[in-house]
Amino acid sequence: MDLPASAHAKDMPTLDAFPRQDGSRVPYKVFSSEEIYALEQERIYRGPTWSFLGLEAEIPDPGDYKSTFVGDTPVVMTRAEDGTLAAWVNRCAHRGAIVCRLPRGNALTHACVYHQWTYGTRGNLQGVPFRRGQKDMTGMPADFDIKAHGLPRLRVDSYRGLVFASFSDAAPSLPDYLGPLMRPYIDRIFHKPIIYLGCTRQFSNSNWKLYMENVKDPYHASLLHLFHTTFNIFRVGMKATCQPDPGGLHSIIFVSKTEDENADGYKAQNIRSYDEGFRLEDDSILAMHQEYEELTTNHIQPIFPQLVIQQIHNTLVARQLLPKGPDHFELVFHFFGYQDDTPELRLTRIKQANLVGPAGYISMEDTEATELVQRGTARDGDAHSIIEMSRAAPDQTGTTITESLIRAFWVGYERLMGVDRVAAMGQRS
Amino acid sequence: MSDAERLLRRLEIQELQDLYVNVLDNDRLEEWPGLFVEDCHYEVIPKENEDAGLPAPVIFCDNGRMLRDRVLSLRNANIYEKVTYRHFLSGLMWHETASEITAQSNYVVINTSQAGVSTVYQAGIYRDRIVRTEAGLRFKSKRCIYDTLRVQTLLAIPI
Repeated sequence: MDLPASAHAKDMPTLDAFPRQDGSRVPYKVFSSEEIYALEQERIYRGPTWSFLGLEAEIPDPGDYKSTFVGDTPVVMTRAEDGTLAAWVNRCAHRGAIVCRLPRGNALTHACVYHQWTYGTRGNLQGVPFRRGQKDMTGMPADFDIKAHGLPRLRVDSYRGLVFASFSDAAPSLPDYLGPLMRPYIDRIFHKPIIYLGCTRQFSNSNWKLYMENVKDPYHASLLHLFHTTFNIFRVGMKATCQPDPGGLHSIIFVSKTEDENADGYKAQNIRSYDEGFRLEDDSILAMHQEYEELTTNHIQPIFPQLVIQQIHNTLVARQLLPKGPDHFELVFHFFGYQDDTPELRLTRIKQANLVGPAGYISMEDTEATELVQRGTARDGDAHSIIEMSRAAPDQTGTTITESLIRAFWVGYERLMGVDRVAAMGQRS
Repeated sequence: MSDAERLLRRLEIQELQDLYVNVLDNDRLEEWPGLFVEDCHYEVIPKENEDAGLPAPVIFCDNGRMLRDRVLSLRNANIYEKVTYRHFLSGLMWHETASEITAQSNYVVINTSQAGVSTVYQAGIYRDRIVRTEAGLRFKSKRCIYDTLRVQTLLAIPI
C-alpha cells in the first residue's frame, strides 16, 4: 500500500515533524493530545484508508447487521436484501440521533426512535411520518426530497471475508490498499470458509497507537510475556519473519518452530524470564494441530488502522482496534474457526482462547504495558521515546529482536497525518 | 424435602460460595482449585456470546489441572497490577437432583487498585453445578457469565 500524503500540511499547527525522519523518536504528545486525536479522526479514519468492521461470517443473512465504528464514528454494517454489503453512519439525517441502537440483529428497515424516520438496509431514507402533514395542515415542504436525505454511506468491500469500509474516495481499491506483501499472509489464514465463534472485549486506559506499537514489537514478546519462557514455549532460536509493508502502516510478525529448540540464549544472558522448573500440568492449551504449510506459532498482522489478524497456535482472531478518545481504546477480539473443524480441533481453539484476549496467558500484559506508557508520558509532550533496536539494519527481517516495524509505522503515520517535513525543516533552519 | 432441610441445604451452598469468595478476595489462590472436583469445568464468558450461543470465552478450563496451571502462571509468569477483589453475591436460586445441585446467583466484583481506587469491575451471574464429596460440597462446574462486556485493562485473578 502506498497512500497519497495528506494535502492538509499547511493548516496543521499541532503536529510538528518528529525529531528524526526514520521514526526512531516519537514525541509523547501524540499519545495524549486532544488536537492530534481530532486530526487523526479526519486524516486517518476519514482519510485514504480502509477500516475493519467485522467478519462476513457475523452477518451471513440478508438483513443481518452489526453496529460498530470507523475511528470514533458510529457505523452500521449490513447485508442487504441482495446479499451485498453496505455500511452507513449511524446518525439520523433528521436530528442526529443514533438510529440503530442494538449491537447486532436482523432487520430490513431501521427506524430512528425519535421521530420514526425509517431507513433501508443501505441507509436509504424510506419514510418520514406526517410527510404530507396532518388533516389539512401542511407537512414537509414540497421541495423535501426523500432521496437526498439518506444516511451517509461508506465505501464497503470485503477481502476473504474481512469487511472493510472507507469514507474516502481517494483510498485505493481494497486489494491495492492491503498490497502484495500483506495479501498472501491474509490468504494463508482465510484460505477456506470460516465460522464466527464470538467476541471478547477489552478496554484500555491508553492511546490506540500504543497498541499499534505493541503489535509491531516482537522485541517485547519474550521479555514482557513471561509465560512463554516460564513454561518453555517460545525460544529465541525460532524462525521469524518480521516485516513492515512498504507503506509502513501494515506489518507481519511470523514465527515458526524449527528443530533447533534450546534456551541457551536466555540462560547465557541471565534474563529474568528464564526460570527452570515450571511445567504446566495440562499442556493441551499449547497443542499445535498443524493447519498450514509451516508450523507457525505466531502470526500477528496489523492492517492499519483498526485490524490485527492473529493466529497463535490454533487460535484465530480478528482483533478490531477502536480509538475512544486520546487516552482510551477498545479491543474487540473476533474469534473464528473453520467450518470444517473437527470437534477436537474446535475444542483446542476454545481452550487456546486462554492464551489470548483480556485474560490471556500471553497477552494480558500488553494493556498493562500500554497503560504504563500512557501514565508515564502524560507530561513532557515534546520528550520522546527512543526506538533504536536493529536501526542499523533496516532491511533485516529474520529476527524478532527488532523495532523496525515500529519505526516504519511512525514514518507512515507522519506521512498520512500530513506532516510536511521539508517545510518543517525549513522553518527550523 | 422439609423446610428445615431446604434451609440447611441453602446454608450449605452459601457456605461453599462464601469460602470461594473468601479464597479469591484474600489472595489465597492456591486454595481455589481445591473448591472444585478434579473432573470439573470453569469458564468466564461474556453474556453477549452466551446469549448468542457462541462459545468464545476469556477463561476456559475443563479439568483441575488447568485451574492449578492458572494459579501457577499468575504466581510465576504473568505480570499484572496486584489488585484486590471484593465479591458480592445475591439472588441465589438452586435446585437439587439425585446427583447434583444446580445453582444460580448474581455477582458483583469491586476491584481496588494499588492507588486505592475502587471500581465495579464486573457484574454477572454464576451458573454452578455442585456435588457432594467427602470434603463437603464442591463445584463440578462454575460458569461466570458477565454483563460487563468491556473488560477493563485485563483479567488476571479468577472471577
